[in-house]
Amino acid sequence: MKVLVCVKQTFDTEAKIELKDGKISDAGINLIINPYDEVAVEGAIQLKEKGIAKEVVVVSAGSDKAMDAIRTALAMGADRGILVKQDTAADEYQRAVALAAAIKDENPDLILAGHVAADDGSSQVPTRIAEILGLPHVNVITNIEIADGKAVCTSEADGGTQVTEVSIPAVISSQVSWNEPRYPSMKGIMQAKKKPVATIDAVAVEPKSKIVEFSLPPAKTAGVKIEEEPEVAATKLADWMKNTVKVEVK
Amino acid sequence: MAGTWVFVEHRDGNVRKVTYEMISKAKTFGDEVSAVIFGKGIEGLAPEFAKYGADKVYVVEGDIFASYNTGAFVAQMAAMIKEYAPNAVLFAHTFNGRDFASRLAQKLEVGLATDVIDAEISAGKGLFTRAIYAGKALAKVEITTSPILATVRAGVFEVVESAGAGAVVKPAVAATEADVYQTIKSFEPTVSARPELTEADIVVSGGRGCKGPEGIKVVEQLADLLGAALGGSRAAIDSGWLGHELQVGQTGKVVNPTLYVACGISGAIQHLAGMSSSKFIAAINTDPEAPIFNVADFGVVGDLFKVIPLLCEELKK
Repeated sequence: MKVLVCVKQTFDTEAKIELKDGKISDAGINLIINPYDEVAVEGAIQLKEKGIAKEVVVVSAGSDKAMDAIRTALAMGADRGILVKQDTAADEYQRAVALAAAIKDENPDLILAGHVAADDGSSQVPTRIAEILGLPHVNVITNIEIADGKAVCTSEADGGTQVTEVSIPAVISSQVSWNEPRYPSMKGIMQAKKKPVATIDAVAVEPKSKIVEFSLPPAKTAGVKIEEEPEVAATKLADWMKNTVKVEVK
Repeated sequence: MAGTWVFVEHRDGNVRKVTYEMISKAKTFGDEVSAVIFGKGIEGLAPEFAKYGADKVYVVEGDIFASYNTGAFVAQMAAMIKEYAPNAVLFAHTFNGRDFASRLAQKLEVGLATDVIDAEISAGKGLFTRAIYAGKALAKVEITTSPILATVRAGVFEVVESAGAGAVVKPAVAATEADVYQTIKSFEPTVSARPELTEADIVVSGGRGCKGPEGIKVVEQLADLLGAALGGSRAAIDSGWLGHELQVGQTGKVVNPTLYVACGISGAIQHLAGMSSSKFIAAINTDPEAPIFNVADFGVVGDLFKVIPLLCEELKK
């Protein structure tokens, strides 16, 4: 079985966001694999270790910098990579079209991706890819069992846990709690340098949405900070909750 | 143009509050507002939507719609959009809502703004505010493809009652078994007497300062006294004291309650991103230099193990 994993390069989640010339500035920002995608890479490698997957291919749509994200995934244990060169400002439709074209050429048995990207928070691309390819999909999974041409997926749904079965090929998107991604070993990093990565251009299509303005939320200012005996502090905090917030005690 | 449609988010007829929030917001656009509900045995719910101003209620009944499945729901909605041509369709930004809207958007080859926290919709144009980088920045997104599609974050728009005609429309059923490609094997509800994190009016969260499950129990006492949802920082989740579904922050949930109480949470950037938009923030932490105090309206430098039990006593008075 061939497993393909979509990875997006994003800002480190600890990054502080600043604007420059009305755009999000990437100056001095550490770039990582989107944490949700990193979990998908780990999931794919585990399928290979269990003998279910034979090959793990990583595909990323982005600038030349995204090569680092691909190399990291290869260092974790993926076999080869595909960089789809695309403007990082592409919208969800453009990204889905570009990735779907690359995936179609590979004809994988399973497509994995994070269910959301930590940067734009859109949660659209995996589902859009499934629709383009005419494949079933399941989102926000925390477990997958593959047998008899079917994937049985456990998802973190709102207010509960859902188990969904689909036939494969399918697009499956991961929740971060699926697994604990490994750190690449030194050996893995050395091997990754020799693993093949193909570079292709994104299919050119017009976007379906447009970001017209970026801004920063109003800065929250510090209020009162008290450092007193617990009895006094608790009384003052309770008074604030009752009188200012107007909480009701059950 | 047939105005704005609000897709009703429900499970077995239990309608989520975000539905009424969307209807209330849609009323401000000045165009016709319709609720659209798919389900089984749900026709009796129609008057509920009229209370918040729905002019029409599109009711689609059938076994195939008994619980959400992407294929049938997308086929049905696509057929209805073709038939009635709404200007915009709003969905809740939930597990099912974003799944539905994303697949529909691609089928129709249109734009979609997800997890929006503000919306202005006019004929043929939607302007939406989205929180990006989990709220560290905001982006205004313009959508001019038709229909305009968006998923809306729960808890950001106020519910306003206003009487609407609520005329029931029964569209033809277009979805068939052939459209279904997922089999839902089971759904196990999380057993919790507490409200859902993203919909709660008060959230009480524990972090590293809880030191273990015992500390979480202390935080839970306060949560239950306030009828609050329980949350946690990444430190509490990674330590295994709380499940991931309760994580607040950039790789967890973004919350915006009236009151957020951070207990033993230092306030890493990725956590602040998930809760800074709360109306009031209280923090209890032993470290006076903790960044959480930079965003707290009321900060207590102190030991949560001592302060919280005393706070509970005071609140009960």
